[in-house]
Amino acid sequence: MYSQGLIGADSRTEETPEFLERFQARIDAEEKIEPNDAMPEGYRRTLVRQIGQHAHSEIVGMLPEGNWITRAPSLRRKAALLAKVQDEGGHGLYLYSAAETLGVSREQMTEELLSGKAKYSSIFNYPTLSWADIGIIGWLVDGAAIMNQIPLCRCSFGPYARAMIRVCKEESFHQRQGYEIVMTLARGTDAQREMVQDALNRWWWPSIMMFGPHDSDSQHSDQNMAWKIKRFSNDELRQKFIDATVPQAEYLGLTIPDPDLTWNEEKGGYDHGPIDWDEFWRVVKGHGPMARDRIKARRKAWDDGAWVREAALAHAEKRRARKQTMAAE
Amino acid sequence: MAETPLWEVFIRPRNGLSHKHVGSIHAADEVLAVQAARDVYTRRGEGTSIWVVRSADIVASDPDQAAENFEPTAGKVYRHPTFYEIPEEVGHM
Ligand SMILES: [Fe+2]
Ligand SMILES: [Fe+2]
Repeated sequence: MYSQGLIGADSRTEETPEFLERFQARIDAEEKIEPNDAMPEGYRRTLVRQIGQHAHSEIVGMLPEGNWITRAPSLRRKAALLAKVQDEGGHGLYLYSAAETLGVSREQMTEELLSGKAKYSSIFNYPTLSWADIGIIGWLVDGAAIMNQIPLCRCSFGPYARAMIRVCKEESFHQRQGYEIVMTLARGTDAQREMVQDALNRWWWPSIMMFGPHDSDSQHSDQNMAWKIKRFSNDELRQKFIDATVPQAEYLGLTIPDPDLTWNEEKGGYDHGPIDWDEFWRVVKGHGPMARDRIKARRKAWDDGAWVREAALAHAEKRRARKQTMAAE
Repeated sequence: MAETPLWEVFIRPRNGLSHKHVGSIHAADEVLAVQAARDVYTRRGEGTSIWVVRSADIVASDPDQAAENFEPTAGKVYRHPTFYEIPEEVGHM
């Protein structure tokens, strides 16, 4: 981003205890870290990985919903879905550009996504089987994303925080259009109600898995909290999400597919049943029903776009050369 | 294959305000950069004008010299109006 020449300059920073202590003091004082600032290599690596994965998730996340654009049931729904999917593409680009400030190139990130080396949110490896899925995704998947993303607006790394502020401003529309679809179906015919309940049954557990493993099993959590990359634990965010969502389902007469879900008066929140972590890890490791298709679709888009990228560069070069000759004359 | 250049994007939210840095974009040339910036950064009336500058053309101050560059001004308190004591009877000044 700014002055590429200086990027990476700090990878030569010697990480003495004094340096690490000064860095932590800046974080503790809620100072933002900017791209050219000296930073521990671990901080840089963590952010490159996290922002990259986040960007890939936005880009791959366009696929399950894009699948329904041509089959949206009305022009109103189609316009909204098209705008939402376009927003997700934009989110991916804001995030790639934030990651690039840390000295990783777009080509490198794209290559890692296409080769399957980079991860993205496993939620997008589930199929969108009916129109109701589009409503449920906006309500639950974007809803969970919002829960995760709001604290990231205060992340210690400036470019990431700024990108998240833009993203969060746009997410509210995504969730509301989704809930509106769900509401329409829930108040519709028996068949429509059945369709939307079926979609909720399929998406509920994957949605609450979006917050990641339980705190007791989460590897990077402590360091990321200390660096203020993360502000709330996985379980805290999951709890907030469940507490916000259950009444929204009740309002529509829909049933959350968790027989153990009960209100816990003492903690002022819901208790939920056990999460199938085997399924979670299976999907994370790329065995989700759609994992192969998603990467195949991204590869095809990249390959099919190659001639456009090449032509644009060739055209730019031709214009530059022409300008130069004209200036010389 | 050649890499598509990176551009920094600046947007004027509305007339009367300065252009402000919003992020960056990849594009083959300046024409495509402005178009891409419009699509990515102004989907909801965020701006009335866009500047794009090749990232490679931006010259930045060295963060390692931030102390030498900017800290001396902190000591120059006499540059601020509150450094001077004016009796209240004189009125607002
Ligand atoms: Fe998004
Ligand atoms: Fe979204």
